[in-house]
Amino acid sequence: MNISQFTTAASDYAVKVDRLFYLESVIAGLVVLLVTGLIVVFFALYYRGSSTPRGEVPERKSREIEIGWTVATLFSFLFLFWWAASDQLTALAPPKDALEIHVIAKQWMWRFQHPSGAREIDELHIPAHTNIRLAMTSQDVIHDLYLPALRLKQDILPDRYTYEWFNATKTGTFHFTCAEFCGTDHSVMAGSLVIMKPEDYARWISAQPQADDLAHQGEALFRSFGCSGCHTPGSTVHAPDLHGIYGHAVQLADGRTVTADEAYLRDCIFLPDKNRVAGFPPLMPNFSGSISEGQANALIAYVKSLTTNRAARTPNASPGQRGGSPP
Amino acid sequence: MTDAALPFVPPLDVRRGSYLDEGHTILSWLTTTDHKRIAILYALSITVFFLIGGVAIGLVRLELISPTGLFLTSDEYNRLFTIHGIIMVWFFLVPSIPATMGNFLVPMMIGAPDVAFPRLNLLSWYLYVGGAVFTVYVLLSGGVDTGWTFYPPFSSEYSHSNVIPAAIGVFIVGFSSIATGVNFLATIHMLRAPGMTWFRLPLFVWSMYTVSVVMVLATPVLAMSLLLIVAERLFGLPIFDPSAGGDPVLFQHLFWFYSHPAVYIMILPAMGVVSEVFACFARRRVFGYGFMVFAMLMIAVVGFMVWGHHMFVAGQSPLANLIFSFLSFIVAVPSAIKVFNWTATLYRGHIGFEAPMIYALGFLGLFTIGGLTGLFLASVPIDIATTDTYFVVAHFHTIMVGGTVSAFMAGIHYWWPKVTGKLYNEFWAQLAAITMFLGFNLTFLPQFIMGWLGMPRRYHYYPDVFQIWHVLSSGGAVILAAAYLMPLVYLTWSLFCGQDAGNNPWRSTGLEWQTPSPPPKTNFLRPPRVDADPYDYHDFGRTEETGGEARARPQGEA
Amino acid sequence: MSDTAGALQHPWPDLRMQRAGVSLGMWMFLASEVLFFGGLLVSYAVYRSFNEEAFRIAGAHAQIVYGSINTVILLTSSFTMTVALRAATANVRRVTLIFLGITAALGVAFLVCKGLEYREDLKEHLFPSPQFPLSPPATAMFWGFYWIMTGIHAVHLTAGIAVVLVVWTLFKRRVIPVQGSTMEGAAIYWHFVDSVWIVLYPLLYLAGRS
Repeated sequence: MNISQFTTAASDYAVKVDRLFYLESVIAGLVVLLVTGLIVVFFALYYRGSSTPRGEVPERKSREIEIGWTVATLFSFLFLFWWAASDQLTALAPPKDALEIHVIAKQWMWRFQHPSGAREIDELHIPAHTNIRLAMTSQDVIHDLYLPALRLKQDILPDRYTYEWFNATKTGTFHFTCAEFCGTDHSVMAGSLVIMKPEDYARWISAQPQADDLAHQGEALFRSFGCSGCHTPGSTVHAPDLHGIYGHAVQLADGRTVTADEAYLRDCIFLPDKNRVAGFPPLMPNFSGSISEGQANALIAYVKSLTTNRAARTPNASPGQRGGSPP
Repeated sequence: MTDAALPFVPPLDVRRGSYLDEGHTILSWLTTTDHKRIAILYALSITVFFLIGGVAIGLVRLELISPTGLFLTSDEYNRLFTIHGIIMVWFFLVPSIPATMGNFLVPMMIGAPDVAFPRLNLLSWYLYVGGAVFTVYVLLSGGVDTGWTFYPPFSSEYSHSNVIPAAIGVFIVGFSSIATGVNFLATIHMLRAPGMTWFRLPLFVWSMYTVSVVMVLATPVLAMSLLLIVAERLFGLPIFDPSAGGDPVLFQHLFWFYSHPAVYIMILPAMGVVSEVFACFARRRVFGYGFMVFAMLMIAVVGFMVWGHHMFVAGQSPLANLIFSFLSFIVAVPSAIKVFNWTATLYRGHIGFEAPMIYALGFLGLFTIGGLTGLFLASVPIDIATTDTYFVVAHFHTIMVGGTVSAFMAGIHYWWPKVTGKLYNEFWAQLAAITMFLGFNLTFLPQFIMGWLGMPRRYHYYPDVFQIWHVLSSGGAVILAAAYLMPLVYLTWSLFCGQDAGNNPWRSTGLEWQTPSPPPKTNFLRPPRVDADPYDYHDFGRTEETGGEARARPQGEA
Repeated sequence: MSDTAGALQHPWPDLRMQRAGVSLGMWMFLASEVLFFGGLLVSYAVYRSFNEEAFRIAGAHAQIVYGSINTVILLTSSFTMTVALRAATANVRRVTLIFLGITAALGVAFLVCKGLEYREDLKEHLFPSPQFPLSPPATAMFWGFYWIMTGIHAVHLTAGIAVVLVVWTLFKRRVIPVQGSTMEGAAIYWHFVDSVWIVLYPLLYLAGRS
């Protein structure tokens, strides 16, 4: 391993972060020099017993000086805040057409699921120059996926999705680690981030053991868990139609309106009473304990795929899951 | 009733008639309500825990010399850094200056015979001891491994260690803080001597006032957050359990709502001490008294509004991140003002190089560096990159060790003659101060670097590319440890063989110096009256300049 | 007025300042208590806003009869405590002692009533465990908060009763005169414990019944 696996700035955002760091280092360095310099100078001049003439600093001048450096400090800090906030704001919105990879963290390993169905453990291959969004959840305690080369980290919570997104600009093998204390082997819960040219990634993906892509896996589970028993138009049970709901507003029984995103769909599976849809009876069974995180990911991918294509689909043409067409 | 003699007894001539002379049995110490004796009880207790916490981290730094460890299992390693954090935060830093110097000096500095509620004061020490008992139990029964931050679900469901007694110990010692805070607030409000108006209070008293406000208002939230963890772990109440609708991030909000103000509990008293030391050893009034008071008040208030900067990557909304980032930049402004004012205090002074001054200068430099690195962490993009790395570890140690511990040492040396009636050996003290400064920098500057390079914190094993920084840091820790042991030796020596101090060896203008060293039980021989501003050093300065005889002109004498 | 001489404590210069000081100290302690309960109440509020339906279902099982009786008991005890304080300030020792006693008795009555209510709750298995009868899962969250909130309140009330009994004994044995600062401190604390209950009552008992 070498240090460049940590320190390379592997994205434009990382370069921006480094720039902010160097700016703040320069400012901090100047302040430290100023303060230390003054201390040294004052010490030299005003050491007890030295003959430098002292007098009294007049009151008015003191007040002006105090106000002066207070205002100067305030403005410098506001400038730094503005610079940092701008960097933060540009990275704020997740890209719409991102390649979505699911991350499952558990004591003390990482599982990654690519939309094509490929799975990795403790290693993540991604294409460069592509918007990537990691949808992450934990199976036990709080973890954190720290990608030093991208200057990113985000806590991973149980029973919730959190996200990191980026666009890598450099290829290579880098390091990632867990960055939220999670128990005995926290310090070895790490792996490699392999950033590849997009064509190499495509080749790598097709070389992986071909499981069904995530949405197709989800379709199979949708049937085997009995979801289709209620959630199809012809069912005798009155249950919401899932076509087209991903990304759209849903009116809930308690009056709230929420957007049907991954978190919402996940809650529907595991905590069905939390977000009951208006106008439907509370009949949905609670699947927590019978469906695993990986299976939930697949089901959610399937429901997402119901957005763009209501007609019957062929097995290999799964819209919205490969390489980034909009949902 | 046991009549066992105390382990040390200062010579008769010094202690006769002083508070040290009132009862020589251990029982007289354990049942005292004299604020000065209670201060000494605290001083002994926190020293013991400082040593225990220091040994814990000594073992950690030793282990970190090798990327694959030397002699600890990961579980042992995790328990060591956890107990280091718990002990150092709650059993050393939070009580350090307030419970020792605050207790001893606040009544004296305002001209009162004791604190408002002397028996509550003794109770606060027993609460400390009660919490300490639980912590010692945790130490002896295998430790706790959650980190000092106790995050669920790990602490509430997954940890196999002694979470409950550890949390109870911290819960109890929190009430010691609250009791001290209530006592100081009532004392400062109601027992000031005639003529001691609010703006004649020494800055140390202001720092005790502001820290008391924070202790009283912030600590209860910590108590509640730990109570909820215990409730979940002991009774199965699903407070932070997501499967029952709970949210582990809620714990983080409750915890940091206390723990951020807690760092101001740790720094405000240090600022107070340093103001006193600079004034005395530069023979100048502190520059900008009004701004200094206002800055401490602002720190105390705004300090309650920034807790979310510990949670930028915890799952907070981006809007919350923006607001907390903004407020974190704002809260840095008063600290910066204080740094400028302390520097300006040296201007045209008569600066000495005694040990308290060396420690205070070390504080000034290191607090500046530590505070500036706080700006890095207030910037969200840099924080995302550096949180949970050694950069954060270095940041808070620079402020708490480079800052607060330096100030604590400055205060111990400055007021040692007052408390014990003895002078310590100045050469050894200066050597220890300089050694501490050098050891500190060697320990923590490499940590800033490796944090930025990507070295995560709380890591037992680590990628070998970071080894050089760890070795440097561990080397520094050895020097730092030596620097902490030196005062134990020469300060104890001074109790037996030191020169008598006299009332006011530093020729300070503070009210506490206008009474014998060590002071009588009731603090003052005559009830004091105040008719001058604090830090009235300029007559001293002018007298020295003109070659006249410098006489201490005590405040308060009729 | 030699009675009052025994009331003055070190280091207070006079009794008036001592009373003001004790009062100030007690209010500051209460500020910390407000934040202590505040953390709990904020947590409850957050979870309730995320799980309104579940909290409504869960709250319907709270025993409103016991809860209301307890509210009346505590409010009355605050009244009797006020009477005791007024009597103490006017140096009417007999009335002070009687009403302190009634206050303590009412406090004990509250705890007895609460104990009976707990017994009913446990009979219905309303404690988060495998036998917890309600669904959805967030109803267990409401009941978790019920036990913690009422439990901590009961601890504070017990401490209050102990304080009242100690003060009563000190007055009875003429260790300190009733006119001192102690009565005021005890009264402030007692009223605080009552106020906490007044906040808890609607949150726990009226949640499911709108």
